[in-house]
Amino acid sequence: MSGRQQVVAAARPVVGGGGWRPTWRGHLHGSELTWAIAFLVPYAAVFFAFAVYPIAYGFWMGREPSLYAHLVSDPRYITTVINTVLYVGLAVNVKMFLALLLSGFFTRRRWWIKALLVIYILPWALPAVPAFLSFHWMLIGEQGLVDSVLQALFSIDGPIWFNDRWLALGSNIIAYIWKWMPFWTVIFLAGRMAIPEDIYEAADIDGATGARGFVHVTFPLLANIYLVCTLLSIIWTLGDFTSVFFVSGGAPAMSTDVLATIGIRYALDLAQPQLGVAAMLSALPVLIPLVIVLMRKVQATEVQL
Amino acid sequence: MSVALSFGRAARWPRYRVRRVLTEAASVVLGVVLLVWSLLPVYNMLLIALDPEGDNEFAGYIWPPDPSLESFRVVWTEGHWYLEHFWNQFGNSLYVGLLTMVLTVLVGSLASFAIGRMQLRNARMLTNAALLTYVLPSSFLAIPFLGVVRSYGLSDNLWAVIAAEVMFATPFAILILQQYAKLIPIELDEAARVDGASPVQLYVRIYLPLMAPGLAAVGTYALLLAWGEYLYQYVLLSPTRNWTVAVALEQFWDSDEAPWNYMMALAIMYALPPIAIFYALRHYIGAGLMMGRVKG
Repeated sequence: MSGRQQVVAAARPVVGGGGWRPTWRGHLHGSELTWAIAFLVPYAAVFFAFAVYPIAYGFWMGREPSLYAHLVSDPRYITTVINTVLYVGLAVNVKMFLALLLSGFFTRRRWWIKALLVIYILPWALPAVPAFLSFHWMLIGEQGLVDSVLQALFSIDGPIWFNDRWLALGSNIIAYIWKWMPFWTVIFLAGRMAIPEDIYEAADIDGATGARGFVHVTFPLLANIYLVCTLLSIIWTLGDFTSVFFVSGGAPAMSTDVLATIGIRYALDLAQPQLGVAAMLSALPVLIPLVIVLMRKVQATEVQL
Repeated sequence: MSVALSFGRAARWPRYRVRRVLTEAASVVLGVVLLVWSLLPVYNMLLIALDPEGDNEFAGYIWPPDPSLESFRVVWTEGHWYLEHFWNQFGNSLYVGLLTMVLTVLVGSLASFAIGRMQLRNARMLTNAALLTYVLPSSFLAIPFLGVVRSYGLSDNLWAVIAAEVMFATPFAILILQQYAKLIPIELDEAARVDGASPVQLYVRIYLPLMAPGLAAVGTYALLLAWGEYLYQYVLLSPTRNWTVAVALEQFWDSDEAPWNYMMALAIMYALPPIAIFYALRHYIGAGLMMGRVKG
């Protein structure tokens, strides 16, 4: 039981405190050092064989400048870049903002809201492939559940979702939000729970209730977590393959692909692995600054991942 | 008359009571919206899977007209040529998941013991290297990974998938174990050291038993990651015996005449074990710990 609380504590944001420091410092020597190195060998082996080497190999594959000239002259690539910007920009921000608001809803102490939370996190528990398969078949046209419901309830002929670029892109974004919003809601819920009750009491006396309490109390206190989570989510969404691949599958005619899916498509379907790697490497000018800012933020604020 | 009366009464309500009723009504509406939103795609899976006819004439139903578990039986008995290797593929998914779990716990705990418990110089650098691999989008590495794995002679080999999953799960495992190890006083190690314990004895007798809950959490995380991951299994394995269930699901997507009800039955059977584990350990695992699943 105490173990359970300890794990939860370990997963919570750590506030202040330099943490643990060894009482006796000194450098390892002799057999101690040998053992320490021996303990690190398995991780180092995995790290170099399956992370460093593939990364280096990837740079080597994408080293030709002509690949990037080829990419820029390919209209599908330009479409893909626009899609990626829209997809990441909309999906991440809408998801994070709704998650932040909903985490406030789930702090309410009602039995049915607690029960609802258990159902609400089901999308997070469901593996990605079945979830996005279901979205694909829910939207696949007149036979899909969404259009059937529209027909049954409102007698509207629903659109053929994957025949229109913007509807298909929107479907991808909705499916993505559906899958990942519960996870971030739970993160923000933990963040809200860590805010001491008396801060709200003090704010209450000063008249900061409701929306004003959110703007002047909750949001400033959660701003750091919100920023770190948004950065992390942007990076991961940039590399998100499964949702676009399964929901719209790039339909219609590869007009809703994002960088992650078009890279794999170039490599596997069109047998141009160099071009695929180049497409993904072209995200580096955005990715590297994001990673640097994120690493600094994480170290500076001790927000726990 | 009665309408006017009730309006009159409402007007005499104190403002805070009106507000409370409105808030309550709004949260009930929001609750219903969230319920439908969360369950609709799951309901859609059941709707398709429970249709015994399947094929392509599935049209316009919002309620299964003739619900039956027939498609689950077909999946279970491998009764369709799309499903002829179902148990094999299920076994592959399990094999990849379990080995990823064991190796992640082993590699991660050894590294985290060396970084955190032995006074190693540059330990901070190793943690940062782990953090860096943790934040990188895994899909960007898939194509070079395929080439590298071929050069190791591991093409179309489940071990290539296991290597990929361990590589992605271990950094997060190290970060979490580092956090968790802070709860175990270092004085314990020092006392054992004074009594002449070697580093291996420290690791086996003190570190592993005390870290058991943390190790269990990290192992569960690795298992769920490997079970649910798709891209590397798709890129690294060739049809069809060596496939995992995640990849086998995709063949239905590709084809127009695939039996959808079998596909959804397969999807549900594939999704049930991780959902069961997730809900069973929901409280135990804690909020931040499942974070890595975002990488999907």
